[in-house]
Amino acid sequence: MDGAAPLVHARGLTKRFGKATAVDGIDVDVAPGEAFGFLGPNGAGKSSTMRMIGCTSPPTSGTLRILGLDPAADGPRIRARLGVVPQQDTLDTELTVFENLLVYGRYFDLPRGVIRPRAAELLAFFQLAERAGERVEPLSGGMKRRLTIARALINEPQLLLLDEPTTGLDPQARHALWERLYRLKQQGTTLVLTTHYMDEAEQLCDRLVVMDGGRIAAEGSPGELIRRHVSREVLELRFADGVQDHLDLGVLAGIGDRVEALPDRLLLYADDGDAAAAAVHDRGVRPASLLARRSTLEDVFLSLTGRTLVD
Amino acid sequence: MIASLVASSALGGRRAARLFERNLLVTRHIWLVVAAGFFEPLFYLLSLGIGIGDLVGQVEVDGRLVDYRAFVAPAMLAASAMNGAVFDTTFNFYYKLRFARTYDAVVSTPLGVDDVALGETLWALARGGVYAAAFLLVMVVMGLIGSAWAVLALPAALLIGFAFAGAGLACTSFLRSWQDLDVLQLAILPMFLFSGTFAPLAAYPAGLRWVVQATPLYHGVELLRSLCTGAVGVSLAGHVLYLTTMGVVGLAVAGRRIGRVLLA
Repeated sequence: MDGAAPLVHARGLTKRFGKATAVDGIDVDVAPGEAFGFLGPNGAGKSSTMRMIGCTSPPTSGTLRILGLDPAADGPRIRARLGVVPQQDTLDTELTVFENLLVYGRYFDLPRGVIRPRAAELLAFFQLAERAGERVEPLSGGMKRRLTIARALINEPQLLLLDEPTTGLDPQARHALWERLYRLKQQGTTLVLTTHYMDEAEQLCDRLVVMDGGRIAAEGSPGELIRRHVSREVLELRFADGVQDHLDLGVLAGIGDRVEALPDRLLLYADDGDAAAAAVHDRGVRPASLLARRSTLEDVFLSLTGRTLVD
Repeated sequence: MIASLVASSALGGRRAARLFERNLLVTRHIWLVVAAGFFEPLFYLLSLGIGIGDLVGQVEVDGRLVDYRAFVAPAMLAASAMNGAVFDTTFNFYYKLRFARTYDAVVSTPLGVDDVALGETLWALARGGVYAAAFLLVMVVMGLIGSAWAVLALPAALLIGFAFAGAGLACTSFLRSWQDLDVLQLAILPMFLFSGTFAPLAAYPAGLRWVVQATPLYHGVELLRSLCTGAVGVSLAGHVLYLTTMGVVGLAVAGRRIGRVLLA
């Protein structure tokens, strides 16, 4: 396998549970050193895809190669070089923080002499050094998440899989985690992550796919996706209760590229939000509030599927 | 071909040993609970053997009269081998499989489902083996060993542990809730009481003897009682076969079922 060969290579990758199709024939390639994201709402098939990549869930059909190897034949060899952060923390609650890293390292057949200094380094990196001797259970959600990621790094994986790394964390804990993940990426670790937060995808991902209903709806860098699928800026119009229901959208025709009506607001896609706001005012429309902002991946998802990411 | 089989099973053994190590580390945190496992059969022996033994006097085993204490002690050894294996592979295993999701993390490493099943079985055996050895020592000190065949009592106790560990893992892989574990206890307790543990088979109503003889604990009790009292015969082979089959089949079923739970 040469340096440019993809670490993850999937063609027509499909996963069915009984009659339900969780992943419906997706094609994905992840290059070494890349931070690659699966963005989509709950139930889009992100976790099923991650579990197949992690070699703990056999694909129903399609081709899958991880690190150039076939998971069906070389599962243990592949898993030896992966770091896996599952959606729900699966820390060993019967052990201390340090012991979690020690035991996990032993699962990879690492000698204790290698694990000890590595564990100390990881606990320092994830700001958990003072809690090393404590049980896992009383730790905060953010600490457990950081420990789960530290644990996934004990074998110095070539590929780190993160399934919704910051879901359920408060904003501070999220930003702290992003910063750590960003530093890992700079150190050359290949990251594959799932998220339903567009800000997380924008912060961390070089390239991402938007998933919906088990399929890939779009692919590209966050910037490319925004350029391709939505205008540069968005004007959000909010109205007093009930006013929006009686508004004739025709009155906004010609302002910007497109109007999207959500239950609680109107989104007006335009390259210049301020100019659009002035045009809205000129037509005699008086919303309770007006906000011009940059377009985000949330808008991309909305324009692709007609639904919001987090509902 | 054979070389690769040997190599892969050696590798499998080494991987399973990692899970064993994990359990050993956990033991350091709950040593009191682990130590308690030794005292349970000892308390039974003291209360039933010495208390009731004085009232009962002697019991007939294979045509010979033996002291009730010597009659009931091997049964306590068999029951403790069963209880240890059952506790480790049902309650403990269910907690790690469904509740704490310990194994979800384990199978994300080079370890696989077979390593989990093998590692937990080895652990249950080791823990049961330590209890059995300590209990046998107590029997020696109390003068309850009547035969040199008793040197085989330790491996026999391990075989009982293996049989119940395999069956325990298999049962647990089918359980859906904590309530199901209570149902399992409903099977274990009568078995403990009515497997020829406290009274010889002849004391049971004739119509019910075949039920007693069908239970796995009966075969464990008979096996250990024969070895400890010296009433050794061909029937031992039958007990060994019964228990071996139970363990092997249980482990095979468990391997498949656990795979379905963890690797969906």
